[in-house]
Amino acid sequence: MLRFLIRRTLGAAVILFLLSIVAFLLFFGMPRDPGLLMCGKTCTPANLANIHHVLGLDKSIPEQYWVFLHNLVLGSNGFDQGPCPAPCFGYSYHTNEAVWGTLMDRLPTTVSLTLGAAVCFLFVGLGTGMLSAWKRGTLVDKTVTAGAMVLSSMQIYFLGPLALAALVYQSHLFDKPAYNDFTANPASWFSGLIIPWVILSTIFASQYTRMARSSMIEQLQEEHVRTARAKGMSRKYVFFRYAWRGSLIPIVTIFGIDLGSLLGGAIITEYTFGLPGLGKLAVESVFFSDLPLLLGVMLFSAAMILLFNIIVDACYAFIDPRVRLS
Amino acid sequence: MTTSTKESGAAAPAGSGPFLSVRDLYVRFKTEDGVVKAVDGLSFDLERGKTLGIVGESGSGKSVTNLTVLGLHNPMFTSIEGEIVLDGQELITAREAELEKVRGNKAAMIFQDPLTALSPYYTVGRQIAEPFWKHTGASKKAAWDRAVEMLGKVGIPNPKERAKDYPHQFSGGMRQRAMIAMALVCDPDLLIADEPTTALDVTVQAQILDLLKNLQQEFGSAIIFITHDLGVIADMADDIMVMYAGGAVERGTVDEVLRSPQHPYTWGLLNSMPRLDSDLDTPLAPIPGAPPSLLRPPSGCRFHPRCAFQGEVGGARCVDELPLLPAGRGGACHLTAEQKQTIFVEQIKPRLR
Repeated sequence: MLRFLIRRTLGAAVILFLLSIVAFLLFFGMPRDPGLLMCGKTCTPANLANIHHVLGLDKSIPEQYWVFLHNLVLGSNGFDQGPCPAPCFGYSYHTNEAVWGTLMDRLPTTVSLTLGAAVCFLFVGLGTGMLSAWKRGTLVDKTVTAGAMVLSSMQIYFLGPLALAALVYQSHLFDKPAYNDFTANPASWFSGLIIPWVILSTIFASQYTRMARSSMIEQLQEEHVRTARAKGMSRKYVFFRYAWRGSLIPIVTIFGIDLGSLLGGAIITEYTFGLPGLGKLAVESVFFSDLPLLLGVMLFSAAMILLFNIIVDACYAFIDPRVRLS
Repeated sequence: MTTSTKESGAAAPAGSGPFLSVRDLYVRFKTEDGVVKAVDGLSFDLERGKTLGIVGESGSGKSVTNLTVLGLHNPMFTSIEGEIVLDGQELITAREAELEKVRGNKAAMIFQDPLTALSPYYTVGRQIAEPFWKHTGASKKAAWDRAVEMLGKVGIPNPKERAKDYPHQFSGGMRQRAMIAMALVCDPDLLIADEPTTALDVTVQAQILDLLKNLQQEFGSAIIFITHDLGVIADMADDIMVMYAGGAVERGTVDEVLRSPQHPYTWGLLNSMPRLDSDLDTPLAPIPGAPPSLLRPPSGCRFHPRCAFQGEVGGARCVDELPLLPAGRGGACHLTAEQKQTIFVEQIKPRLR
């Protein structure tokens, strides 16, 4: 297991390295000059050259990349804004703040949004999906399947404003979505995030409903499930012990991917509800051609996805003994 | 040796009729293409301690019949008519909870492919112990000990350690032994073995057959042995029932059916069997044609489209009229007894040598 983790972590590091090169090159392919954006209305060639020099943009691309990598791994004291310990993504062109600090500021919002929604969509999705499989062919099953179909074709930017209009602005049943620090006031943390959680999980849950249903039904047709029935185990026992165990693998796989990508920022949800998370930050960094911020957000998101991939693969070993021993 | 406690039969006391009696069984599956008549008016009996061999091609209804005995079909897609009485208890109308008490306890099943038939997620020991604690109410510890004991009985070396292994850590023959241990853990009176040796190589096959025979002597179970291998049947069974297209076409004792078969389909089966001592130049004689679709089975005698002898019957009887299988020894065929005798002695028997 330890060797597996080390191997996978090294692999993930290589992927992040390659990804950073691609991102770096792509940035310089963009038509916008970040210097011009900062230069303002009274921009003279001398000013622009000065800005380019301060940002390091006057160096060659390989040289800039080398500096970026060096700072990332070892940190740097070469910034005017102050010291920048590793992992140093430098300072934002736009806000002048340390990129790592900004990421850490925005992270709690995204983590809160993701975890709350994940608990919600996992339970609702698996619950309805398994209910549907248990009651296969009945009205309950058909209703759940149809409902999941409708919800999975919904969009957050449609449901979100609708929910805001109906539940917040018209009826005042819920608080306006906002991120409040959990440690300061758990109640307002909860009430500020409840609508985003519900809306985000509505979209996701329907996928889990459909997947849990289909993989349970598939598992129930497995021969070993029939054997278990043939030795007198009850339908319930076979359903929850035998079929459930087998259907965990696809569910854990998708859940890991979803969790990883949500932790990298739920862009549309954060925008729809005005939550200052990593997703919103990603969009802002592109908007302002903010290279350090862009690289920071992107590599952080990628690292999350890779991390959860490793966790998922490690989970397989707990679920399936055949993986454990080979 | 611990013995399992049994639920006493709900109706008549044991011994008043045959131990297992199947009467006019019809099993139909609803599919997208129509209704599949998988079993079509089948009747047979089985006495305690005896072995009934069921032979037939794939799709002849052998497995479907036996899954029906244990009530393992999904009622949503299956309609079942007829009567199955096991030791005085009617099974077709029995409630699910009643069936659960029969399965694995009074009647157990061994499946064909032990790799897919055992769950990859639980240890062999646990899978053997489960029916024991379920049916006897024994503690998990006692059930585990019983599983270890059973593994030893079916000839698995070092059972105490091997019980902790998962099925994929067993070889094919060992898995089938584990499967047999699982089926026998509650001392079932009826053991249904659905092609238990088909997935195994020949030497292992012989070991498993020996094991089953020895265990039958020890436990006194009745066995239904499903196979398409007549050699295996000759070795294992007391009686034979030959099935074709969802119905029985011939039955009798092993000697009767193998020495003087009464149905053209049985002749075909015997003819198509390779023999070690036959001349290398003699070609195998497969039965012409393919098994019929059970969505639209042939009219009259189900075998008539593939039968070489329907000319001998004369008229269109084979096409119009379903021949009946006499009770006891006999074959479901319109040929007269003399005709069968002549054809078998003159045309079939010489080719079997």
